[in-house]
Amino acid sequence: MRASLLLVLLATTPAAASPPGASSCSGCHGAPGGAVPSLAGHSAEDIAASLSAFRSGARPATVMNRIAKGFSDDESRAIAAWIAGGGQ
Amino acid sequence: MTKLGRRAVLAGLAAAALPRPALAQGARGRVVVVGGGFGGATAARVLHRAGHAVTLIEPAETYWACPFSNEVIAGLRPMSAQAFGYDALRASGVTLARTSAEAIDGAARRVRLADGTSLDYDRLILSPGIALRFDALSGYDAAAAEVMPHAWKAGAQTELLARKLAAMPENGTVVLAVPGNPYRCPPGPYERASLIAHYLKTRKPRAKLIVLDAKDTFSKQKLFQQAWAALYPGILDYVPLAAGGQVSSVDVKAMTVATDFETYKADVACIIPPQRAAPIASAAGVADRSGWCPIDPVTFESRLVAGIHVVGDAAIAGAMPKSAFAANAQAKVCAEAVIDLLAGRTPEPPKLINTCYSLVAPGYGISVAGVYHPANGVLADVEGAGGTSPVDAPDAVREKEAVYAEEWYRTITAAVFG
Repeated sequence: MRASLLLVLLATTPAAASPPGASSCSGCHGAPGGAVPSLAGHSAEDIAASLSAFRSGARPATVMNRIAKGFSDDESRAIAAWIAGGGQ
Repeated sequence: MTKLGRRAVLAGLAAAALPRPALAQGARGRVVVVGGGFGGATAARVLHRAGHAVTLIEPAETYWACPFSNEVIAGLRPMSAQAFGYDALRASGVTLARTSAEAIDGAARRVRLADGTSLDYDRLILSPGIALRFDALSGYDAAAAEVMPHAWKAGAQTELLARKLAAMPENGTVVLAVPGNPYRCPPGPYERASLIAHYLKTRKPRAKLIVLDAKDTFSKQKLFQQAWAALYPGILDYVPLAAGGQVSSVDVKAMTVATDFETYKADVACIIPPQRAAPIASAAGVADRSGWCPIDPVTFESRLVAGIHVVGDAAIAGAMPKSAFAANAQAKVCAEAVIDLLAGRTPEPPKLINTCYSLVAPGYGISVAGVYHPANGVLADVEGAGGTSPVDAPDAVREKEAVYAEEWYRTITAAVFG
């Protein structure tokens, strides 16, 4: 009984993983100084606003417009917060 | 326990798919990663960073990267730019076993190594890459590949094909055979065709390239064919399946490549044969009759053997292509899922991104991107996202994408091996 309760508790602990899509970003975005902009040092607000502008087409892009369309505003904000918090 | 309580427990167990009790929270799980390519090396890093005891099994001391190896074949890049080692990974604290996995006992959760030892694991991540099928085309076996290189695993084969092109007569004919789906790097054969055509145009303008394809449609097709018409008219002859392009046999003595309709005489032949997951996948029981490995799209756990997760080219990843970018993205998602499972948590459904660049000439890059999520038990395209570079893009965009391609390579290899 006690073991079962423990399992219930463990199974309902929220996942610690990165938000959906976030861990893919570092495939292209690396250290500062390269041709692809680094995400280091940007605020969550800036990153979320960029994703939104890529999605709407307001900000021109080669590939980010195609990628940003795969995420909702909420998902974009979650990704932005994770990256701004040092996730990679 | 009430009925409701019991159901909740059972639901929790089912959701977490726990074949055995989870480790106590905070406990270090024993994770074994098989294969030190873009997928395996990435997974080992993520797990180590999270505090898990990771052993990466990889027999080679040098990893030869496939992305950009088409540039080596075309004389545009030194082979040394494709070489990566494991020193940084080792220095970061990941345990490396310089041997290969010979057998995996999924029931006992034990992997047997070629050096005679065995490792027990709580979770195993398999990122073994591909095997070339030397039983698929009549006359094309491992020995034939020394005469007609596949160059579909970077390394000695890449250099062999480069040497053969360089030594070819001025008015020679190159034949490139392309397999049907699925195979490693869907746009890769067409990038190779482009860069070989560029090599011929600039170095041996009287020579020709014949591309024999076992299919009629392919990745970034409009963009490739537009570039071929503009850059390589009279040099590159593309023969799709519908025009009899499927190669059925080769003869390395006569240096001929045959379809059901015609026999082509080649001075240099590059044969990319059909493929399957590397042999350890079958040995572990995680490959199905297709030769590839069905997986759960949330955790990448094998559909066939519990406790073994498969990422990279060996996995059946639905709409995701078999690419280095995809292997890296899958490995990160899979490693996080393994961390959750070891802690008794249920992994959240992920989203994954893929971006693949191809060069059709130096300074002329094109791309395809996709965003993927689990749907109906497979990884499916997120509707409305992804796609290729525009067909009508100006030269400046093509130049930019060529720069981004190079930058992607630098970034991902630094992240994985640096």
